[in-house]
Amino acid sequence: MAKIRIPQNKVEELRQICKSFNYDKNELINVLHSAQKLFGYLPAEVQELVAQELNVPLAKVYGVVSFYSFFDMVPKGKYPVSICLGTACYVRGAEKVLAEFKKHIGINVGETSADGKFSISCLRCVGACGLAPVVTIGERVYGRVAPDDVQKILKDYY
Amino acid sequence: MTKVSLTIDNRKVETDKESTILQAARLIGVNIPTLCYMKLDDLNFENKPGGCRICVVEVEGAKNLMPACKTECRDGMVVHTHSVRVVNARRTVLELILSDHPAECLICARSGDCDLQSLAQQLGIREIHYQGEQSHYKSDQSPAIIREMDKCIMCRRCETICNDVQTVGTLSAINRGFRAVVATPFETDLDHSSCTYCGQCVAVCPTGALTEKDYTRKVIEAIVDPSKTVVVQTAPAVRAALGESFGMSPGTLVTGKMVAALKKLGFDYVFDTDFAADLTIMEEGAEILDRLTRYFDGDSNVKLPILTSCCPGWVNFLEYHFPEMKDIPSTAKSPQQMFGAIAKSYLAQKIGVAREDLFVVSVMPCLAKKYECTREEFFINGDPDVDVSISTRELAHLIRNANLHFEGLTDEEFDHPMGESTGASVIFGTTGGVIEAAVRSAYELFTKKELKKVDFEELRGMEGIRKAEVDFDGVLLKVGIAHGLGNARKLLEEIKSGESDFHAIEIMACPGGCIGGGGQPYHHGNVEILKKRQKAIYKEDKGKAIRKSHENPYIQQLYREFLGEPLSHKAHKLLHTCYFDRKKKIEF
Amino acid sequence: MDLINSPEKLQQLKTTLVNQKKAKLKLEHEGGRIQVKVSMSTCGIASGAGEVKDFFEEKLDLENINADIVSTGCMGYCYAEPTVEITLPGGEPVIFSNVDMVRAGELVNDFIKERKSAVNTIPHKSRKPGGAVEKGKQYRIALRNCGFINPEDIREYIAAEGYDALRMALTEMTPDEVIEVVKKSGLRGRGGGGFPTGLKWELSAKAECRNEKFVVCNADEGDPGAFMDRSLLEGDPHSILEAMALCGYSIGSNKGVIYIRAEYPLAIERLKTAITQAKETQLLGSDIMGTGFNFDIEIRYGAGAFVCGEETALIHSMEGLRGEPGVKPPFPAEKGYKGEPTNVNNVETFANIPLILLMGAEWFSKIGTEKSKGTKVFALAGKINNVGLIEVPMGMTLREVVFDIGGGIRGDRQFKAVQTGGPSGGCLTVKHLDTPIDYENLIENGSMMGSGGMIVMDEDDCMVAVARFYLDFTVEESCGKCAPCRIGNKRLYEILDKITLGKSVKDDLSGLRNLASVIKETSLCGLGQTSPNPVLSTMDNFYDEYKAHVIDGDCPAGQCRALMRYVIDPHLCVGCTLCMRVCPVDAVSGEKKQVHSIDTSVCIKCGACIEKCKFGAISLQ
Ligand SMILES: Cc1cc2nc3c(=O)[nH]c(=O)nc-3n(C[C@H](O)[C@H](O)[C@H](O)COP(=O)(O)O)c2cc1C
Ligand code: SF4
Ligand code: SF4
Ligand code: SF4
Ligand code: SF4
Ligand code: SF4
Ligand code: SF4
Ligand code: SF4
Ligand code: SF4
Ligand code: FES
Ligand code: FES
Ligand code: FES
Repeated sequence: MAKIRIPQNKVEELRQICKSFNYDKNELINVLHSAQKLFGYLPAEVQELVAQELNVPLAKVYGVVSFYSFFDMVPKGKYPVSICLGTACYVRGAEKVLAEFKKHIGINVGETSADGKFSISCLRCVGACGLAPVVTIGERVYGRVAPDDVQKILKDYY
Repeated sequence: MTKVSLTIDNRKVETDKESTILQAARLIGVNIPTLCYMKLDDLNFENKPGGCRICVVEVEGAKNLMPACKTECRDGMVVHTHSVRVVNARRTVLELILSDHPAECLICARSGDCDLQSLAQQLGIREIHYQGEQSHYKSDQSPAIIREMDKCIMCRRCETICNDVQTVGTLSAINRGFRAVVATPFETDLDHSSCTYCGQCVAVCPTGALTEKDYTRKVIEAIVDPSKTVVVQTAPAVRAALGESFGMSPGTLVTGKMVAALKKLGFDYVFDTDFAADLTIMEEGAEILDRLTRYFDGDSNVKLPILTSCCPGWVNFLEYHFPEMKDIPSTAKSPQQMFGAIAKSYLAQKIGVAREDLFVVSVMPCLAKKYECTREEFFINGDPDVDVSISTRELAHLIRNANLHFEGLTDEEFDHPMGESTGASVIFGTTGGVIEAAVRSAYELFTKKELKKVDFEELRGMEGIRKAEVDFDGVLLKVGIAHGLGNARKLLEEIKSGESDFHAIEIMACPGGCIGGGGQPYHHGNVEILKKRQKAIYKEDKGKAIRKSHENPYIQQLYREFLGEPLSHKAHKLLHTCYFDRKKKIEF
Repeated sequence: MDLINSPEKLQQLKTTLVNQKKAKLKLEHEGGRIQVKVSMSTCGIASGAGEVKDFFEEKLDLENINADIVSTGCMGYCYAEPTVEITLPGGEPVIFSNVDMVRAGELVNDFIKERKSAVNTIPHKSRKPGGAVEKGKQYRIALRNCGFINPEDIREYIAAEGYDALRMALTEMTPDEVIEVVKKSGLRGRGGGGFPTGLKWELSAKAECRNEKFVVCNADEGDPGAFMDRSLLEGDPHSILEAMALCGYSIGSNKGVIYIRAEYPLAIERLKTAITQAKETQLLGSDIMGTGFNFDIEIRYGAGAFVCGEETALIHSMEGLRGEPGVKPPFPAEKGYKGEPTNVNNVETFANIPLILLMGAEWFSKIGTEKSKGTKVFALAGKINNVGLIEVPMGMTLREVVFDIGGGIRGDRQFKAVQTGGPSGGCLTVKHLDTPIDYENLIENGSMMGSGGMIVMDEDDCMVAVARFYLDFTVEESCGKCAPCRIGNKRLYEILDKITLGKSVKDDLSGLRNLASVIKETSLCGLGQTSPNPVLSTMDNFYDEYKAHVIDGDCPAGQCRALMRYVIDPHLCVGCTLCMRVCPVDAVSGEKKQVHSIDTSVCIKCGACIEKCKFGAISLQ
């Protein structure tokens, strides 16, 4: 069992989450969603605890976490920037927008900036294709983003 | 069962409705190549992910090609297994697999015995038309098993056996798409996982992705080192399988040739682990007897059932998955470690060699033993009781390297004093054997009567869990046997819940026991081979003059000269051990 | 709200609610009120619909104008978001486009207060089902309530005949009769496969179960560029719940599960609200409407894996496993979730069901083509003017969709192709413009219906790059279980990548075809069996473009940078030497005041020269 480095009260909360799903193995993905909401990501200890509580081999939990792109094992930035690279956004130039974000924040996809402020990820369609290209920062959705808008958008977060 | 009739390659075949095209084709001798599929009857193992797509065939009326290993027969089905379309698809798929595979056959542990290599040969692949990026993973260098996942073809056999058969759950597919591979949690080394080193994943892997950690070089270094006296011990199951590596038919006993080969290889002493197995029975038998006597006398503190402890794979399993039960197995060390302890004390004394100059090699059907001999408890002042453990396969490599013509060797005898053994110790190599050996001795010690019929047929067989009652002259001894860790788990759960009231239980990590160990020559999916090895073991037992451990004269001598009596202080120090909560020990 | 514990109660409530609604539409002096509907779907909200709605609420309140401000789901006009529909007392509804705060202020002043005539409106399209199908016009069955009702208020759904089909089935029909209607209607699955829905229900009904059967709604909608299901769930969640209950009744299941992708937070919220409301009013849960029928619905979340839209993968995912597909048979209808018979249908498929029951199988089967009945919702995106959600009868031509409804191509560009069926589909081109759209025709032309995403492309889109884009998607989304898809698609991608980078050789073209067809015919699940379609279909339709890349080293659409050349226009060059001086590899030559030229074999395409030239003489070709 790995040393739990996560705060004890959160461990308790995680146990409660597992309990609220009746320790049902079928609910693993829902449990992981809740856990990720709680911790912001899914570090090894969290996966271990979930494995233990739901009585699923840890290997299988990790197998699931690494399968689904929604689950992260490293913390995201305070403002997670997601650029949609779905088809609609792609044909309307999302790649250029992505390049612009990478340039301005100075990190690559999947990375978090040194100050922990931004992280960049790509996603495939948030269903707002009508507004392509679409970028989300946290909960906020930006539509019809042109490369030139990027600097302006980022200003709000500095 | 409903019968259906279908046409395969223009030939009619009638079969059960449930059977697959693959099975039906085999009925009429049509060979459809497979790669991921593997079924081991009796062992509860069926790996059928339908993932490699090598077995695809053309079914008339179907748009796509169908995997023969997963497609059930339908009445009137017309199947072509080798049409141009099929062959092209099959070759293309194999080329794809090879395009993501390091072409390292020259230096690969599996070369010459690799399913992927033979398939490439069979399909006549001469060129890989689709080249591109290859996957790279960090290789795992644990004490017993090497994982070079660059060679993994994602057949998932290891995952299936580790989870479904062994219920250990160390391995799972991770990631997805091109990055998908089988791995431990967080891609740590096996050493930092729940792995028991049972080696069953290695036994079923079709490629060189999972192999034993090879120690043959260390063995050779010791042999050529003039300051070392090199002693080798060979486990019972080795002699029943080693011949297979030299093309001899499964089930051929090669004890004499094996000894001859070891001597030619330059070992100073060639001994038998069976000797130590007899010793195990002495200690474990005494322990059983002690616990039973106290139990029948009404002592409620006695922990029953007693569990055998000679299988390190099983010990690892207990320590990780049932640490709360770590007090109930027998404290007797495994035969390998008993051998090492005695060799480096009694034998060293006897032949006048300093402990550190004695190099003990073990030849085992087993990969867990490689790990076992690295456990701290089995070291004295930094010197291990057993220096290295090599597998049956590694021994075969050594023999082949030395260019010995194995089949033609003249039988030779083990050396003394640690080469003498009884029929009881030989059957350690198969499921049910340890407990039968123990019963043979315990009976006589308990009832003080001679055991006339030494064969306990009720304890033999291949069923995963067997339960039997042995009549100890009026007292019924309840015995349980489990082989394969999944069955062990079931039995342990029964004990934990108080559902079962066994007196003694034998557990072997490998399906079939050591004859099916992870270090044995590859069976390539043929379970019949295991059964033949088992037969050979019982045959060797039958042929032995002495068939009860406590009657082994060299064992008696050992107690007389050195140990005193079973469970004596000295015996305890040298021959017994204790167990740990391994779950606590693993941190990352 | 009161419990609806009998069928009669539902009918009474409906009558009351309909009358209330009518009263509001009367003239002002008769008690009518102004209705303002704001389209509050994900894409509306992202465009600022929330603030606009708040503005109307505050402003009209401040001005003491009697008005009801209603949030609705998507009206379908993404290109015009935020959209607002205003109905003046006694008048007709008018839809306004691009209502930002400025325009909202104008609307309150000019249209509401001063009653000036409306400008910048979206022509109101008949969305009421039951009317006649018109050529080149939309016809809304699945989307019947989207943009009309407040999805967060069950009463509005009831007023729109919601739960009436369920009431009818539970009180007047046997399960078999319900299945019979669905079968007769000719409805086929809208999730992509087009399997006859009634037949599937029948299989599920007949399948034997150990404990219970399940009804699963597939709301994974992973096809990038498709957003029909999201809009339906955001705009009319109750219709899905009602249809699932109907399915449960007819196949003998009391348990429904909606598997929805986590990327749709608003749809999830609205679904949760709808389920709570329906349970509170006894329209879901136990003893529905007092009829003794029980049906419960729970929600499971996807976690970002396209392949989980495939039904067996979806079931594995619901079971807490990796979303790897299984080999079929057995089909979910026989052995699905927890090993029990499981009926999986797509959101849009379900959305059709209540109306089919209310209007009858015959009504439905008269719409559409011979083998494809009813309507289909499409998400129009890409280089088209009226980006948005449309619903049209099956059999409408591509031309009608793109030019009549979609308003043609953006800018003054030429129509080039439409990708239908997303990463599993293919493209339709100019020569397909007059092909009626239905399941069979699309397949025949090398594409497929898919879930209904339509990405429109113009002359600036390079079809090789488009194929490469889809393969990139597939490579990332393949589950990795089977070799041809796991490795084959990667290789396919690598070849396409090479082509767009100008590094390919002629053999690559034939290699591409062989590889694509082997992947198709050997892959385990629908993903791999269709992933080469974008390649094959672009090769079929735009082979010249492939040849241009491979043989001439040229990208006709001018998209593949690596294939472009920097050239100096001799008519514009004045010989200032700036470019020559800045070129890092000495690719430019020329005398001062003479025309310069670039040696393309030396040029590394750094772009430095183009930035320096003040005379616009250098261009990419
Ligand atoms: C790779 C792949 C992805 C799919 N994604 C979806 C999806 O997002 N939504 C959906 O409803 N069906 C999807 N399907 C189809 C489903 O497997 C299934 O056929 C469908 O949900 C059945 O419902 P229907 O009969 O109502 O269409 C997908 C299929 C494949 C092979
Ligand atoms: S695993 Fe087999 S094919 Fe691969 S390198 Fe080793 S011997 Fe060759
Ligand atoms: S088989 Fe071929 S590659 Fe291997 S050693 Fe012989 S010649 Fe070399
Ligand atoms: S050695 Fe045994 S326990 Fe370890 S990974 Fe292999 S099968 Fe699992
Ligand atoms: S490691 Fe071996 S057994 Fe396991 S999936 Fe890879 S090739 Fe198969
Ligand atoms: S059963 Fe034998 S071969 Fe297998 S782990 Fe145990 S001791 Fe080793
Ligand atoms: S075709 Fe692709 S997605 Fe489908 S099972 Fe195979 S690897 Fe997975
Ligand atoms: S693009 Fe760069 S390399 Fe090419 S001519 Fe211009 S400056 Fe020179
Ligand atoms: S910079 Fe422009 S004008 Fe000057 S030499 Fe170069 S191409 Fe000609
Ligand atoms: S493709 Fe970007 S939101 Fe759909
Ligand atoms: S052997 Fe049939 S798919 Fe691998
Ligand atoms: S307006 Fe409804 S999806 Fe955009």
